[in-house]
Amino acid sequence: MKELRLMKGNEAIAEAAIRAGVDGYFGYPITPQSEVLEYLMAEQPEKRTGMVVLQAESEVAAINMVYGGAGAGKKVMTSSSSPGISLKQEGITYIAGAELPCLIVNVVRGGPGLGTIQPAQSDYFQSVKGGGHGDYRLIVLAPASVQEMYDFVGLAFELAFKYRNPALILSDGAIGQMMEKVEISDQIPRWTNEEIKKMSPWATTGKTPDRPHNIITSLDLDPHKQEDFNHKLQAKYREIEKNEVRFEEIQTEDAEYLFVAYGTSSRICQKSIQMARAKGIKVGLLRPITLFPFPSARLLELSKQVKGILTVEMSAGQMIEDVKLAVRCSIPVEHYGRMGGIIPSPAEVLTALEQNFL
Amino acid sequence: MAENITNKDIVKEENLVFKKTSLFTEKPLSYCPGCGHGTAHRLVLETIEEMGIQSETIGIAPVGCSVLAYEFMDIDMQQAAHGRAPALATAIKRLYPEKFVFTYQGDGDLAAIGTAETIHACNRGENIVIIFVNNGIYGMTGGQMAPTTLPGMKSSTSPYGREVISMGNPLKMTELVAQLPGTYYVTRQAVHTPGAVRKAKKAIKQAFENQKLNKGVSFVEIVSNCNSGWKMEPVQANEWMVENMFPFYPLGDIKVPAEQ
Repeated sequence: MKELRLMKGNEAIAEAAIRAGVDGYFGYPITPQSEVLEYLMAEQPEKRTGMVVLQAESEVAAINMVYGGAGAGKKVMTSSSSPGISLKQEGITYIAGAELPCLIVNVVRGGPGLGTIQPAQSDYFQSVKGGGHGDYRLIVLAPASVQEMYDFVGLAFELAFKYRNPALILSDGAIGQMMEKVEISDQIPRWTNEEIKKMSPWATTGKTPDRPHNIITSLDLDPHKQEDFNHKLQAKYREIEKNEVRFEEIQTEDAEYLFVAYGTSSRICQKSIQMARAKGIKVGLLRPITLFPFPSARLLELSKQVKGILTVEMSAGQMIEDVKLAVRCSIPVEHYGRMGGIIPSPAEVLTALEQNFL
Repeated sequence: MAENITNKDIVKEENLVFKKTSLFTEKPLSYCPGCGHGTAHRLVLETIEEMGIQSETIGIAPVGCSVLAYEFMDIDMQQAAHGRAPALATAIKRLYPEKFVFTYQGDGDLAAIGTAETIHACNRGENIVIIFVNNGIYGMTGGQMAPTTLPGMKSSTSPYGREVISMGNPLKMTELVAQLPGTYYVTRQAVHTPGAVRKAKKAIKQAFENQKLNKGVSFVEIVSNCNSGWKMEPVQANEWMVENMFPFYPLGDIKVPAEQ
């Protein structure tokens, strides 16, 4: 019998990090995700596993600490919320450009600017289209429960190391702050330095006579080499799109209409589906679990079955662009959302469905 | 007899007075002739070679003229975003406390865009070495005003000379970090004469040796020239440095461990 605990989403991230054998966490306080750093500091993981936890002087410093640790082959991560994630974009593009694995957690709050401390999903574009400068992508996982906050830490590191690419957990203030039952996994031991040398022979672990010196950089002044490198990155992203698409479907078998929503919005849509079906409206839900890669192929299939799609996002409508691209505008795709930290109610979502399609 | 001596007779181990540091790669240095970076690189590499710590050392290159330091140094290195080298070094040293970790940074990198990272790494007392090459100008970018550009000094963004009232004062980062409890050893050196090189070497070696003690940052500033950015010939640039830079950035130890 697995251990069960009642935890906040942010605490689940922190405990999962320790249990996943993470070597280093570098963070900076920001609402609504400060519990990640607070939990880690209280838990003293250096005593449990030897994990390093450091409160940096800024989000910029924190992500660059992650860059350093990742370049040296360690399992390292940071977490923040929207304004802090904007600050981290410089480091994230360097990490993507140097092809390093790491985990970034964004517990999204409403924006733009300092915005609000309430939950939102308005960082979708920033998360799935790159975020910083240059042509790059992150592997983006969108948890819809506290259990998924926990489980996706391990999954994110698995994918990050598989593809030598930064992974992002795109959560929001609701999932970060709410408490749910979590099944706790067993402790995975941290990698030894010898294991790191074997698994990540590219890492800066100190030049030994048996290999050339290892260099971690995103710089190549030769434009032809830089273009070749960009092609290599793009090929990697196509490989990720081929292998790593994850999504969940709820009551799509007989659906005539479809909600597409991730994270908190997808939970609201589940209630809206119950209300709609009680009124005889056959609606289902496709919940992308990976936002990059996006479940475009499955959406295209579903577009041949349903009469219309309503994307539900706590934003002005960002993911809707990817949904429209996926279904090639073959059927009507509409958006319903609230902004500024407001979470839509199931009744509002149902009304939006009815007004758009019935 | 003299005419019978051949090269073969001369090139012998016992006659060797100087050789290329083995930790230099085969890549030709990209620095301008007369620039101090090549010498500063050599002193770092000689130190690592003499201490026998090549396999235990991780270096961080900055953005600036020494951005490609990793191409010349035959050690494992990472290239940091502009100013962020002390953040990378912090993480690497904490994750590998048994390794030797150093940053190699210029004045724009360390004293402008990386001020926060520098001060906080120094204040936390990270057990790292920071090599700070200060030539009072942005060299790589093409001779723009740096935080260390002297009052009245001309650059491409202070073409009539640095006017303190509108452009602010030059920043003495080395004196500043010496005030912080997390720095263990702080010194300012130069590499323009054989005597200065010997002193700078001693300082750099001291800084690396200090990492064994776990007592905080060892910070070595090297005041250097930028003949291209200063628009001077190498000899003239060194003379100008002695006459103008040294009075403002005086050479010598600023903070020495009490037990030394």
